[in-house]
Order: sequence, then C-alpha cells, then structure tokens
Amino acid sequence: MSWLFEHGVAFAIVLPLLMAAAVAMLPRSRYLAWTVALAVVTAVTIAAIAVLLTQADAGEIVYRMGGWEPPYGISLRIDAVNAPILLLIAAMALASFLYAEPAVAAEIAPERRGPFYAALLLCVAGLMGMVVTGDAFNVFVFLEVSSISTYTLVAMGANRDRRALSAAFNYLILGSIGATFFVIGVGFLYAETGTLNMEDMRTILAAMEGGSRVSQVAFGFIVVGLGLKLALFPLHTWLPGAYAYSPTVVTAFLASTATKAALYLLYRFCFTVFDPSFDYVAVVLGYVVTGLAVTGMIFASLQAFFQTDVRRTLAFSSVAQVGYMLLGIGILTTAGLAGSYLHLINHAVIKGGLFLALGAMWYRFGITRTADLAGISKTMPVTTAAFTVLAFSLIGVPFTAGFVSKVALAEAAAERGWWWAVGVIMITSILALFYMGRIMMVAYFSDPPASCRRADGTVERREAPALMLIPMVGLAAVSVLIGMRGNVVLTHVSETAAQVLIPGAGL
Amino acid sequence: MTDALPLLAQINPGLWVILAGLLAALLPVGPARKALAIAAPLFAAVMIFDIYDSTEVLAGQFEIMGVELTTLRIDNLSVVWGYLFCLAGLINAIYALHEDSWITDSSALVYTGAAIAGVLSGDMLSLFLFWELTAISSVFLVWQGGDRAYHAGIRYLVIQVLSGVLLLAGAVMFANSRGGDFMFDYVGLDAPGGWLLLIAMGIKAGFPMLHMWMQDAYPKASITGTVILASFTTKFAIYALARAFPGTDILIWIGCIMTMFPVFFAVVENDLRRVLAYSLNNQLGFMVAGIGIGTTLAMNGVVGQVFVHVIFKGLLFMSIGAVIYRTGTAKASELGGLFRSMPYTTVLCLIGAGSIAAFPLLAAFVTKAMILSAALEEHLWVPFAMMLFASAGVMEHSGIKVPHFTFFAHDSGRRVREAPWNMLLAMSLAALLCIVLAWPWGGYELLYSIMPYPTDYKPYTWDHVVFQMQLLFAAIFAFTLLKRFRLYPAERRAEIVDMDILYRKIGRGAAVWADAVWTRLSARMSLGRGKAARRLGRRLYQAFSPAGALSHAAPSGLASVMTVTVLALVLVFAYVAGR
Repeated sequence: MSWLFEHGVAFAIVLPLLMAAAVAMLPRSRYLAWTVALAVVTAVTIAAIAVLLTQADAGEIVYRMGGWEPPYGISLRIDAVNAPILLLIAAMALASFLYAEPAVAAEIAPERRGPFYAALLLCVAGLMGMVVTGDAFNVFVFLEVSSISTYTLVAMGANRDRRALSAAFNYLILGSIGATFFVIGVGFLYAETGTLNMEDMRTILAAMEGGSRVSQVAFGFIVVGLGLKLALFPLHTWLPGAYAYSPTVVTAFLASTATKAALYLLYRFCFTVFDPSFDYVAVVLGYVVTGLAVTGMIFASLQAFFQTDVRRTLAFSSVAQVGYMLLGIGILTTAGLAGSYLHLINHAVIKGGLFLALGAMWYRFGITRTADLAGISKTMPVTTAAFTVLAFSLIGVPFTAGFVSKVALAEAAAERGWWWAVGVIMITSILALFYMGRIMMVAYFSDPPASCRRADGTVERREAPALMLIPMVGLAAVSVLIGMRGNVVLTHVSETAAQVLIPGAGL
Repeated sequence: MTDALPLLAQINPGLWVILAGLLAALLPVGPARKALAIAAPLFAAVMIFDIYDSTEVLAGQFEIMGVELTTLRIDNLSVVWGYLFCLAGLINAIYALHEDSWITDSSALVYTGAAIAGVLSGDMLSLFLFWELTAISSVFLVWQGGDRAYHAGIRYLVIQVLSGVLLLAGAVMFANSRGGDFMFDYVGLDAPGGWLLLIAMGIKAGFPMLHMWMQDAYPKASITGTVILASFTTKFAIYALARAFPGTDILIWIGCIMTMFPVFFAVVENDLRRVLAYSLNNQLGFMVAGIGIGTTLAMNGVVGQVFVHVIFKGLLFMSIGAVIYRTGTAKASELGGLFRSMPYTTVLCLIGAGSIAAFPLLAAFVTKAMILSAALEEHLWVPFAMMLFASAGVMEHSGIKVPHFTFFAHDSGRRVREAPWNMLLAMSLAALLCIVLAWPWGGYELLYSIMPYPTDYKPYTWDHVVFQMQLLFAAIFAFTLLKRFRLYPAERRAEIVDMDILYRKIGRGAAVWADAVWTRLSARMSLGRGKAARRLGRRLYQAFSPAGALSHAAPSGLASVMTVTVLALVLVFAYVAGR
C-alpha cells in the first residue's frame, strides 16, 4: 500500500495510457473490453483517493518522473487545488464506465467497442495528466491526448446520429485552435522566463513583477486558448453539437470532466503562474473574462430555454454554468475563487448525473427531444426521480448542491460589492428554473404515448438497467448530500484550494 | 439558571399541544381525540405555571448553524398570551365536542400549539417557524368550510405565508445589524428591517389595507373553524407588535384608522359572521393604538383588552356559530326572532355583545377605558375622539346589530332547537369570564394581577360609568330612531331589508362601480401585458431559439474569427493595463 501512496500519481496516468493500447487490441466480445476498462478506472480511482489522502497529510507533493529533479526533469505537482479535481475526474470516469456497458452495447458497432473504450481511457489519462503535471509544455501534451481522443469519441456518435460527424469536425478545428493558442502562449512564456516548470515560471515572473509585453501576450493567448477549451462564451459554439450528438456516455463524461480540467488550468495559470497582482491579469480577469462570463450566463440560459433537444438544453446550460465559475474567478477574492471551485465540483456531479439520466431515457425510448419526454415519470420513475433531484440541484433549490455553491458565489459577489452580479445569479437561476421546469412539466404532466401502454390501458414500466441506475442515483444522492451536510467538507476543500491559489486574501 | 431547570422545563409548552395535534391526526377514535383536545391546553397551562416564577425565564437554548436559538422565553408579557391561548384552546375544544372531524381536531390542536409556542419563543427564527405553522395549520380550518372556502383558503394561505417571509427577511436584516443576535426584543422602526417586520406583523394583525384576508376567510370557514381562527392568529400578531414596537407613534394612527373603517363596512354587511370579522378588526385597532401609545397604562390596557377580547369575541362567534348550526345561515336578512327557540344562546350572546360594547360590569369596560385614558393622559385628543367614535360604532354593529337581527327583529318563523349542550357550556364559560373579569368588587383585580405592570387604575368612578352609559345609550337611541323612522310609514316585514339596501346603496354602489371600472381596467391592462409579453417572447425566440439568429450552426470559420476577436480584446485590455 505504501507503494500506492508514493507512486499513485504516476500510476493514475500511466496505467490508463498503457491499458488503452491493450484494450484496443482485445478480441471482440461484449463484456471483455468493458471489464478491463472498468478495472483500470477502478484502480485509477483508488489511486486518486490515495493521492488525496497523501496530499492531505503532506500538503504538497512533488513527484519526479524518472527521478529527474525539477526544473530540468518533468515533475508532477499535487496540492490542495488539484488533488480533489483528480479524484473528481476519476470518480466521474468510474460512474460513466459503470453506465457505459449497456449504452455502448446499444450505440457502438461491435467491432468498434474495443477502440471506443481505448479512446475513453486515453481521454481519462489525458485529463488526469493535465491536472497533475507541473510542467507547462507537458500540460499541452496531455491536453492534446485528451482532446484528440475526445474528437474520436464524439465522431463515434455517428452510429446514432450522423450530425456527430460535423460536430466532431467542428470541435476538432476549434479544439486545435485552442490548443495552438495555448502552446503559443506557453512558447512566449518560455521565451520570457527560460523555463517550462510552472513553479519556476512563477518565481521568475514574480521577480520580474509581471514581466514585459511578451508575458502579457503570453497571458492573452493562454486565456483565450483555455477559454476555448472550457467553453467561455462566445467561444462555446463547438460545445452544444459535441454534447448533443456524441455517444451518451461520452457526453456525460465530457460534461463533468473536460471543461472542468480546462477550468482548473485557468485557475493555475491565472493565480499560480501569473498573479492577479499584475495589473494586466487583474484587468483581463476582472473586465474581459467577467464580462463575457456574465453575458454568457444570460445568453446561454435563454438559448437553453428555447431548445427542442433536451441534450442541447443541458449543453447550453453547461455554458451558462461555466459562466458562474468564471464569474467566481473574476471576483478575484478568496471567497469568489472558493465559490467557483465549489461550483466546479457540484456542477460536475450534477451535469454528469443529468446526462446519465438522459442517456438512460434514450437507451429505453430513443428520446432526444423535449416533447418525447411525455409521461416518462410513469414509465421510468426512478430515472425521472434522479433527473428531478439533479435538476433541482442545477436550479439551486435549497438542500441541494447547486444551492450551496450559488449562495457561496452570491455571497462572494456581495462581499466585493458586486450587487449586479448577485442579480445576474438570481436571474439566471430563475431562467434555469424555467428551462428545467419546462422539461419536467412534460415529464410529469403529460401522458405516456400509446406504445407504452399494455392492452388493459395500464402504463408499462420500463426502468433503465441497474448498471445505469446505480451511477445516476448515486450522483443524485451525492448532490443532495452536498446540499445537506457535505458542504461542510466541500466548503473546507474549496476554501483551502482558494487559499493555495491566492495566498493573501485577494482584493 | 438554565441548567438547574429540569429537562421538561426546557421544552416550549406549545410543543406539547402540537404533539397532541399530530397524535390526533393519527387517532381514529373520536372521543380519544376530544380528550386530547381538552387535555393538551390544560397540560400546557400547567407547564407554563410550573416554569414561570414571575421573573423572566429563558430556556431551551441551543445552537444551530452558528445561530443561538432561545426556544422558550416566559416573561410578564408572554405569559399572559400563553395562559390566554391555553384558555381559548380549552373553550374551543369544548365548543367543538359535537363535531366529528379529525381534520378539525388535529389542525385546531396544531394551530393552538403553534400559537402558544410562538408567543413563548424567545428568538425570531423560532417565532418565524411558528408564525408559518399557524398559517399552514389553520388553513385546513378554512377549507373545512366546503367548496366556497377553497379559494378563500388559498388566498388566506398566500397572504399568511407572505407575512412569514417578510418576517424572516426583516428578522435576518435586524439580526445582521446586531451581529447575528436573533433574540426577539424591542425593534423599533429605525432598526434595519424594522419596516419589514412591521408590515409582516401588520398583515397578520389586519392593518388597514392589509386586512382583507380576515373578512375573506373567517366567514367562510366551518362553524368551529371560525371560532378557532378568530382566537389566535391576530392576537399572536398583537403580541409580536407589543414586543417589537411599543411606543411607535405611527401605530397610534394606524390603530385609530383600524378602529374606524370597519364600522362602516360592518354596518352595511349582511353576513353576521362577516360583521363580526369587521368588528374583530376594529377591536384589534384599539390594541394597536394602545401599543402605539406605549405608556405603562396603555400597555396594561392592551394586555387586558387582548385577554378579554379573545373571550368575548369567541363568545360572539360561538353564539352565531350555534345559530348557523341550527338554522344553516348567518344572513341577517334570513334570521330573526330566534329568542323564542334559543333563549340561552340569546342571553349568552347578549352578554358577549354587552362585553364588546363595554357596558359597565362587562369585560371590555375596564380595559378599553384604560386605553382611552392613556390616550387622554398623553394629550392625544384626535386619536381619543376617533376611538370614541369607534366605540359608539362597536355598540352599533356588534352590540346591537348582531343580537338584534339574529334573535329579535322581525320573526323569521324559524323554530329550531336550543344549541347543543357543549356549545352552551363553552359559551357559558366565556360569559362567566366576561362578568368575573369586570366585576367591580374584586373581579377586575384578577385581570390586573396578570398585567405586565402594577396598576391601581380605578375604572368604576361615577363620571366614567355615566359617561360610558351616555355614549352607549346615545348609540342605542340613534339605532332606535333610525329604525323607528324607517318603520313609521307601514309595518312591513321587508323593512330591515329596505334599510339594508339603503345602507348598501352608498357603500355597495361605490364598490360595484369601482369593481366594474377595475374589471375593465384590468382587462385592458392584461390585454396590454399579454401583447407586450408576446412581443418580448417573439423577440427572444427569434434571437435564441434553435432557428434563431444566435443559433445558426456556426461554421468553424466564423468561430475561429470569434476566437481571434476575443484574443484581440484580451490583448488590448492587457496592453492598456500593463506597463
């Protein structure tokens, strides 16, 4: 066990990377690839827990890959900010993989299932690598590993809906632009500081008091590159298509992890590598990012309201929720950052669960449009119940996760004196009530279609299989737990993270 | 101090009654529920007696989410309400003995318990909790009135819950300004959240313009429901006002207006329970005005007035309830001459009517005099005159109109049986208290003994008795004169209805006209609103829907241009801000 505690970080990345290749070559069989992949993800989750425990004891772990000392070798750096996110990604991967078996059987052609799981494992490895690495160029490498596998995964939705192909292409172009911008930014930074180690960059930039115009340009490129990846409004146009047409398990996994990992990188670069005490960082975050975030919150919420496709509704809602997290960054205080961090975790749980529930509905009834949800509460009561709980959480009903983080954000905004931001949070929460309420009205108050009735007129129940129910009910329960009691733990986690990011009290 | 109290004394006595109510909701046996309904208020009263030792008792403190709660506070103010509500609960339970309805039994108990617990709770959060609980539990009593009562019940619930929400908002603002201390004490209007609290309490107390729910819901509830409703909600609010806003000048004027405006409505109203609801409003006005004056004499008067008011108002509602129980109606135009068949009810109703009109030797004589004297002592001439007018009005509509049209006037020809024994017993108990609490030789001192401040006010002085009699007889004379004048041309049965119509022509005509105007206006407005909403909806749809301007499948080329634009934006900002 002590080995796991020591090398868990590297293990969590290397294992899925290696096993991806193995899974891709496994013989065609319904359960084999899934079993192996699930075992890998379970091991990764255990490793992530071990890493979190070690980090909680040690505060900060620097793991030297191959024994090379930083700043020359590549180091993995774990602290209070990324250890919880590492676990979040692993746990969401586990939930998605549990759900994957029946879904993949229905959505992916048998000969492609091995490669599908391989790509999913690669994506997991890439996202985890992005989060733990302490080397800026390494970040780019892992970003590309996860992105390229994601493009493939989205395209595999073509079996179900041909529009997945154009969505994947669109995502490919924009994702590559984002990654390129990021690497350009890192290049400028390298030119300025002469190092790729993020910790090193920080010391050098601080000594240069923010550096010259070069580092300003670097910052601009990095913010926009990451902004594309995390779906900063108006750079979100790839997201609705990718979420709506990719295989259901991919949507759930991406919605709960991919944008979150990118957001984590934004935290890192804005607060660790750069620092809000540099004027240009404060201005860009406080005006440009905040402005776009708030615009995005309102616009995307309105767009979500008018969608006819349920998954597109949720996709636009994701854009709006990213706005909340960016607003938390823009507040530039520890409280704001803690709220943002908390919302990141909560939203991953909520959106992951919602997409899983929708996936189960598709699995049983082929539902994609809001109108098709008619009477789903009678045919799939458990799934609908989980969906409802998570929807309440998304809206921000008290005693759910969404409430806790929205209140934290609103309080932080109020503390800063940004009453207009409190107003925007309220308005968009009401809009969320409308767009989620519209879905639930159909689910609860319309009659199920005639095809779901038996001869005697009673409604036939067709609940999702247990493998789908377990993760979604689990996530719904987690979101309620966070709302009731867990917020004590999570609030502590998010505040610690925020304090690591902003060592002082911020503005 | 707190630790020395045994565990039982840490528990708010109202909670026992609530518990009994919850039990009653599960009990299928009628007699067992009735036993609970009688025993629970008695037990609560015993507990209050046990805990209270004539100094302020604070108990039941615990901390939740960093807020210190004091769930039990019995001092010289709250103890009066505690006892009073127990007493009212007991009388109501006796009155409801004949009715076999588990909804009424359990909700009445929960409601009573919530009112007791509310006045005995020491912090604003507990107060808020019970404030809402009284609203939620009592709405079931309104709904017991049948189909007609359903919508009234909904309106009642909405307004009551709104009041609770305002209370909570005010409490949070107030507590924030004091560093998170939620203790419920003097607030005053200058404190943050003071106005919110005042409006919240004002809704429940039936301030003018905020009073509609009372006349709307009370007459529509079931027979026992009305009696129970009339006992608690508004008095609970009076307690809160007495605690939070004693001596707030604006309350004097609010109270005086409150005493006056219901007089006009009560006079033109035909439904006798509605008349009583208006007169309830008017009585509350005296209390609010007394709180506004805020001197020791006035506060004593308010406390005494609340105490006797619950008893005689209950008595009046009970007697009208008995009439409805036997005849099925409370319309003045359909009743009359019932003294022949319901003699006991008639006498008891007359005692209640005399009490509310403040006849010497009957309940309100002492307490109303205290409030009026307090106004005089403070040289508040105008309020004094307004309250004097209102006193005559009370005599007119509650003292004369209610018993006259029910039991005397023209004979409606109804021959019914006397009220059931349990109703008579409950009414007798109330009537007895009305007499005892104003008895000149030792009776009213009983009332003094529970007042918050020591007093030696002498109500039975010659000038006061004579003055009061003059006022009352003037009112009776006016009524008789009017009636005689209308009667004179011919003895027709319809004469009361005629007079009714005459009364109504002014009030009702204006109301009908206003209603018509309002209907037309609101139809226009809603048409306009609808148009605007549709236009807005279309605009939004055009912009945001999948077919809309913002959602055209953005080609990646356009998106790339967008990316560059954002980059440019970021760089410009960074350039300007950087050195």
